[in-house]
Amino acid sequence: MRVSVPIRLDGLVYRVGGRTILDCLDATIGGAGITAVIGPNGAGKSVTLRLIDGLLAPSAGTIRIGADGSARRAFVFQRPALVRASLARNIGLALDPLGLGRAARAARIEAALARVGLQGRAGDPATKLSGGEQQRLALARAWATQPQLLLLDEPTASLDPAATETIEALVSEMARGGTKVVLVSHNLGQVARLADDVLVLAAGRAVEHGPTRQVLFSPRTAEARAYLKGELPWTSFAAAS
Amino acid sequence: MYETLTDTFSRLASLDREVVAIAWLSLRVSVSAVLIGCAVGIPLGALVAVAHFPGRQGVVGLMNASMGLPPVIVGLVIYLLLSRSGPFGPFGLLFTPAAMVAAQSVLVTPLIAALTRQIVADAEAHLGEQLRSLRLSAWRRAGILIFDVRFSLLTAVLAAFGRAISEIGAVLVVGGNIDGFTRTMTTAISLETQKGDLALALALGLVLMALVVAVNAAASLLRSYAARAYG
Repeated sequence: MRVSVPIRLDGLVYRVGGRTILDCLDATIGGAGITAVIGPNGAGKSVTLRLIDGLLAPSAGTIRIGADGSARRAFVFQRPALVRASLARNIGLALDPLGLGRAARAARIEAALARVGLQGRAGDPATKLSGGEQQRLALARAWATQPQLLLLDEPTASLDPAATETIEALVSEMARGGTKVVLVSHNLGQVARLADDVLVLAAGRAVEHGPTRQVLFSPRTAEARAYLKGELPWTSFAAAS
Repeated sequence: MYETLTDTFSRLASLDREVVAIAWLSLRVSVSAVLIGCAVGIPLGALVAVAHFPGRQGVVGLMNASMGLPPVIVGLVIYLLLSRSGPFGPFGLLFTPAAMVAAQSVLVTPLIAALTRQIVADAEAHLGEQLRSLRLSAWRRAGILIFDVRFSLLTAVLAAFGRAISEIGAVLVVGGNIDGFTRTMTTAISLETQKGDLALALALGLVLMALVVAVNAAASLLRSYAARAYG
């Protein structure tokens, strides 16, 4: 069943070590489909993702997720963080807080591995997988928790085209299955292929938000145009902070 | 010199009962102390590595400083606690192997905890964000990270075993170096050297070194296997 998970960011500020990473970020992200967050390095994309997940606490402002203020979330990082254990155990870690019975847990692990094409390898050591396989396992771990909201921080940044295509297909499947996806990416081709809407950040603020085609091909703001043309350098962050 | 060496190897070759008994006691005491140190120090070190609480830096500093606890001072404190007028006097543990285990446990626990904290903190830098995003409790995260670094923790265990088996101050104070009861390799080597029985002292010294080398070799083999199996 599709559950809408809108995300509302109001006056979000994040400061660390005397630096302002997010400077009064306002955005309302729709409850379905895939939203891409783009912008130059240092714009605050990854920090925004971590604030949405709750890994970081905002210095000021509020975050509201879903209708009741919460949603089951899963986070996939650029570099898959895997424990030196079997594939099954790595997925099982994510299931611990769900309190599933032994049979349900085993079935969920098996289904997750099958979903990402790693069936029959439950007992293999996770750290022996290739980079693409490790990221698929990280996605399987996220999928196993049946998240309402999936946060992806440059999930294909270090993968080859074939592995990237596999990951993109899995993400699309999850989004079609009803999971709201927020994707941080520098790969504009990927953004064009996957995203329904695009949020552009610059210097810790949201400078543009709209349908993918409109933002990528007819950006309305000077900052978005400059970024897409490769003319908005990361130093714009330093200048603003 | 030649006679001493001949006598030494003769004692070793014939598995001299006195040498074997002393070596066995030393091994039992030190292994027991290391096991207790692992049971307390590994969870403690891991929890301090993953949890954030007021005064954490102070706890880390205390743990690190405790790695250098002087064995004689530890022996003296345990002596006072176990002596007839001390709080644990009625148990009659002073000058027993149990007292020696207690003293060595106090010595090795901070060492294991401090090294575990450092090893787990390094793993936390890589895995911590992911584990927190899975909404796992600090205890659960600590447990997972201990499992992840289980083979690296061998280094902490080896360091603790090395400290326990080779120390003399604490076991001498609380054990009393009683012949056939609380005499360990280190206390015996010291005593026999003073008495002039260099053959026995040397034989015990060789056994001590062989034990340390054997334990380190076994750990090294285990680590190599783990690296091949799990990366």
